[in-house]
Amino acid sequence: MLDLAFKGSKRYWRWLIFLLAIIGVGAACYLLQLREGLKITGMSRDVSWGFYIGQFTFLVGVAASAVMVVLPYYLHNVKEFGRITILGEFLAVASVMMCLLFIVIDLGRPMRLFNVLLHPTPNSILFWDMIVLNGYLFLNIVIGWTVLHSEKKDVPPPKWVKPLIYVSIPWAISIHTVTAFLYAGLPGRHYWLTAIMAARFLASAFCSGPALLIILCFLVKKYTKFDPGDKAINKLSNIVTYALLVSVFFVLLEVFTAFYSQVPGHMHGLEYLFVGLHGHGKLVPFMWLFTVLCIVAVALLINPNTRKKEKTLLIACVATFFAMWLEKGIALVVTGFIPNPFEQITEYMPTAPELAITLAVWATGFLILTVLYKVAISVKEEIEGL
Amino acid sequence: MMEKSRRDFLKIGGISALGLSALPALSVLAGKKQPAFKLSDKALEGKRWAMVIDMKKCWEKQKKEGCKDCLLACHSIHNVPEIDNPKREIKWIWTEPYENAFPNLEYEYTKEVLKDKPFIVMCNHCSKPPCVRVCPTKATFQRKDGVVMMDFHRCIGCRYCMAACPYGSRSFNWGDPRPYIKKENMEFPTRTKGVVEKCNFCAERLAVGLKPACVEACKAGALVFGDLGDPNSEVSKLLKSNYTIRRKNDLGTEPNIYYII
Repeated sequence: MLDLAFKGSKRYWRWLIFLLAIIGVGAACYLLQLREGLKITGMSRDVSWGFYIGQFTFLVGVAASAVMVVLPYYLHNVKEFGRITILGEFLAVASVMMCLLFIVIDLGRPMRLFNVLLHPTPNSILFWDMIVLNGYLFLNIVIGWTVLHSEKKDVPPPKWVKPLIYVSIPWAISIHTVTAFLYAGLPGRHYWLTAIMAARFLASAFCSGPALLIILCFLVKKYTKFDPGDKAINKLSNIVTYALLVSVFFVLLEVFTAFYSQVPGHMHGLEYLFVGLHGHGKLVPFMWLFTVLCIVAVALLINPNTRKKEKTLLIACVATFFAMWLEKGIALVVTGFIPNPFEQITEYMPTAPELAITLAVWATGFLILTVLYKVAISVKEEIEGL
Repeated sequence: MMEKSRRDFLKIGGISALGLSALPALSVLAGKKQPAFKLSDKALEGKRWAMVIDMKKCWEKQKKEGCKDCLLACHSIHNVPEIDNPKREIKWIWTEPYENAFPNLEYEYTKEVLKDKPFIVMCNHCSKPPCVRVCPTKATFQRKDGVVMMDFHRCIGCRYCMAACPYGSRSFNWGDPRPYIKKENMEFPTRTKGVVEKCNFCAERLAVGLKPACVEACKAGALVFGDLGDPNSEVSKLLKSNYTIRRKNDLGTEPNIYYII
């Protein structure tokens, strides 16, 4: 089936070359990082994780695109999703690939990566994150590819795939939970030390993943002959609506606990994000943008008229995706380090090479996504005789 | 020619395989099990190493002479680089003002007595260290005597331990530290870029019967090192007869650095 990825239109090849160019620039910057060390980034002794780990955290959420179509389709017989399960699964594959790349590029000594396997340490949440992320990647590649192959051959999928599909559902829950546990179990990092962290991760994942999937469905509809179907998009938009509302609700819960209790440690993080702390407030504009985007998305999604109209739904999905990116991809990780253990504030801003490397990982993800979608959609077009 | 070399190869291979399989048998026959690694007879042994810091003694000395002996002693013998940029600096032992070292103890009126007073801070060698709990490779680990150690050769540089440490005791080598080492001590390893480091309670000195370098360097006798497992040790006695505080005691990490104020 992979041969289908090598037969494409001019536009397809131009897009791939464009992505490769971005990857090339980022790869050059990564070589610089390998030589000079992580000092080429904006990270510091105080804010020791930054943009890379933020992207990883956000993209684990995007991988929920798969479970949000697989669960309704296989457990609740929501037939509309039959056409797009493969799109959800392949988006999860690309997302998890990016997650793994972001972890690797963040390491100080990436060539020692396999020490994690050589000295397995079950008391480390990072050890479990490695297992669940790789497992989820494996499950989605195998399930997606096998089911698509059977579709192409016009035969029912082999029996052994079914158990894997069922396993993939709780497994999806595990990737968000374990990633949240990376943060939620650390003494002294007040902004992260909240029991609701895993629930927040699940809620934001269930809106950001399907929101991107809707955007991608519209792109597929526009640029290929395959139509994912209005019904599927409609169902997805319902999921995004509920998940976004729950997500916003959870953020408000954090605000209540912090400010009604008036415990300084609990307030610091949120103060830093929304009004600035002791004159430091580099993230304040981003968080108000987050707030505005959430309001716009909620307004457009809860109104059935705007939710069902393609144009406004698209705006709502872009707003949702971007809002969640601001909250998970930037704010969450950095704010955990502010203030530092000495209650001093060191702020963080990524550097140009850091951004170039980040962009290259995103481009790699989109390259994988494009190739996988090309294969999937070529098969779908072939089946439907388009 | 080909034949011969192949035969030789098989021969050598066979003998090697035989040798390898005979090795465990040999070691059994050899009888008494020798320890693979033996500490010096002079090595200090303890159940739970701790340090009591009498800040009043330290301040007196500082007021008179601007003393920095402990900090300099530690950083010079451990090849700690001097990097001026606070974002990239490496610190094993240093001072922080009272309100920063003990943010949860600071309030309006403590300031009058303790405001801006420098406190010596370092790794607390916690009895329940969160850094050890999170490390995915056991590069940071706790010894039986309580010392929290770093294996610079195993560390992958994920910096999870830095996120986990509530004391800011850990530093990361954002770049190559070697150009910033003024005078290298050949007795102790330098580090490479991309690994985390911190105070090791002078494990290398304990192993040869010496107390930590900072303790030895302190002429005021403000730093006292000893075993809390021994009720007659100096640290145990000091803790019995003085009111002491620990940094962020409420987090349950059980720090082993105590402060007399």
